[in-house]
Amino acid sequence: MDNRQFNTEPLWKMFMFIVNIFIAGVLLLFGYFVLEKPIQDYINQPSYSAEQLEEMTRNRAIQRSKERSENWDLVEKGIHLKTGLKADPNLQIVIGACTSCHSAKLITQNRATRSGWKNMIVWMQKTQGLGDLGYNEPIILDYLAKHYSPKEVGRRASLDPEAIEWYILNLDQ
Amino acid sequence: MINNRRKFIKQSLLASLATSLGSNIVFGKNIPFGMELVGLSETTSSFPGKSELLSVLNDRPINIETPAHLLNDKLTPNDLFFVRNNGIPPVNIDPNKWSLEISGESAASNKTYSLNELKSNFENISYNITLECGGNGRKEFNPPAKGNQWTTGAVGCVKWTGVRLKDVLNDVGIKSDAVYIGYYGADSHLSGSPDKDAISRGVPIAKALEKESMIAWAMNDQDIPLLNGHPLRLVFGGYPASCSGKWLKKIVIRDQVHDGQKMKGSSYRTPCKPVAPGAKVNEEDMCIIENMPVKSLISYPKTGATINLDQQLPIAGHAWTSSKEITKMEYSIDFGMNWLACRLSKSDNKYAWQHFEAEVNFPEKGYYEVWARATDIDGNTQPMLLPGWNPKGYLNNACHRIAIKVL
Repeated sequence: MDNRQFNTEPLWKMFMFIVNIFIAGVLLLFGYFVLEKPIQDYINQPSYSAEQLEEMTRNRAIQRSKERSENWDLVEKGIHLKTGLKADPNLQIVIGACTSCHSAKLITQNRATRSGWKNMIVWMQKTQGLGDLGYNEPIILDYLAKHYSPKEVGRRASLDPEAIEWYILNLDQ
Repeated sequence: MINNRRKFIKQSLLASLATSLGSNIVFGKNIPFGMELVGLSETTSSFPGKSELLSVLNDRPINIETPAHLLNDKLTPNDLFFVRNNGIPPVNIDPNKWSLEISGESAASNKTYSLNELKSNFENISYNITLECGGNGRKEFNPPAKGNQWTTGAVGCVKWTGVRLKDVLNDVGIKSDAVYIGYYGADSHLSGSPDKDAISRGVPIAKALEKESMIAWAMNDQDIPLLNGHPLRLVFGGYPASCSGKWLKKIVIRDQVHDGQKMKGSSYRTPCKPVAPGAKVNEEDMCIIENMPVKSLISYPKTGATINLDQQLPIAGHAWTSSKEITKMEYSIDFGMNWLACRLSKSDNKYAWQHFEAEVNFPEKGYYEVWARATDIDGNTQPMLLPGWNPKGYLNNACHRIAIKVL
């Protein structure tokens, strides 16, 4: 081993040690800035009971409904808020032809093929005083068949466990 | 719930770490998908005399149904009773000026009674009678049928007070050629046209003369709610509720099958002969619905209940039929492989629903469905699958079921 090398190595090591500590410090500081809020959030996360959680989600849902009804001529997530109908370039034609006589819910809750919807229009014309829809009829039928066609569910649909609101049944009373 | 909460916290931590500094972590971000939809469907509109807990299927005309778990009372409270309107209800009703006209080809005379005359001239009677919309359960038909997509809640049973229809008809006089009665109400057609009735249906004369067929002014000892026909309506147990005309102004005794609004075409009719699902049926091959099928509903607990394996689950509900009475009520937790008996109450009178109860034990943890099945004195029972498909989606009396988790 060379004497010079012998003397300088501890110095070099010490220098690297300080640099490392400095880098670690900076990283820690940086990490602290980045992670402080999420960590605080996690630590401060109140422990809610099942009921409180349910209430919070419910309130949130109600709040959203309210916001919707205040802005109900808007389209959100592809739904025209005022009518509940699916957004579409031809939506206004459908609204004009259908909802002056009946609720849009009569459309949104029903499902039919194009010819099924055609039969309903014929029925309304024969019995409910609906007039000739003229060149709007194919536009309306296209809209209905596109957005409100049936799904195949067989002889009886299964219950949908995802759609059920699960709750703990209190049997103590 | 515990699982949900864990999931919730896990999700919020992930969301926190994944979001950039400074953005607000809102719990709302973690609301499970589907919650909003539930929120939307819970959007309530107030209707006079009706609870906001009812589900609104249609607001023009007003059609609102009762969630199964809100039908747990022995007699359905007035504010929870479903509404099936065909037109626009009358406004500014004055019961003191209300009158009922009886006429028609087969009426021996024409008479008009004030509401007070009806109350004082005829024996006042009360019956507990179940009314169910002919289209209750329509939502489940496949291919789908048009109309209000009722799930299970277009039914209720209340104490009706009024007079026997037959007493009033006999007072007017019924000619021997009478075959049908038809009603007219004070509601108006949706289009606003004064030339059109919203609905004008009726029943065969034999049904009209049954002792439980009545003209009623009270529901559970209170005025009938506006939306259910205040101040006067018909009540026919066992027939589609559309026969029980509301805001009753006139009854016609007919020498032919009544041909009023929604008596003809395919309204309240099913194919005279069974047809394949989706079949096209000509109007002349459609027959008027008379008796409604045997049916039942689990009203307790609400679907989605979670219990522990060491707990017994009490269930309760009602069963009804157009025949004399329900004689057997059963439940199954294994999709019909085994049926176990429920306790069943006696019928108060014909057409009153009967109540059932049972305590259910589950063999192990897991997902279950409790299915209920009623059988009447004539041996009629409920199918587990949908009964015969029909173009307008009437008469679905398939077994009701609720989902249960055992932890």
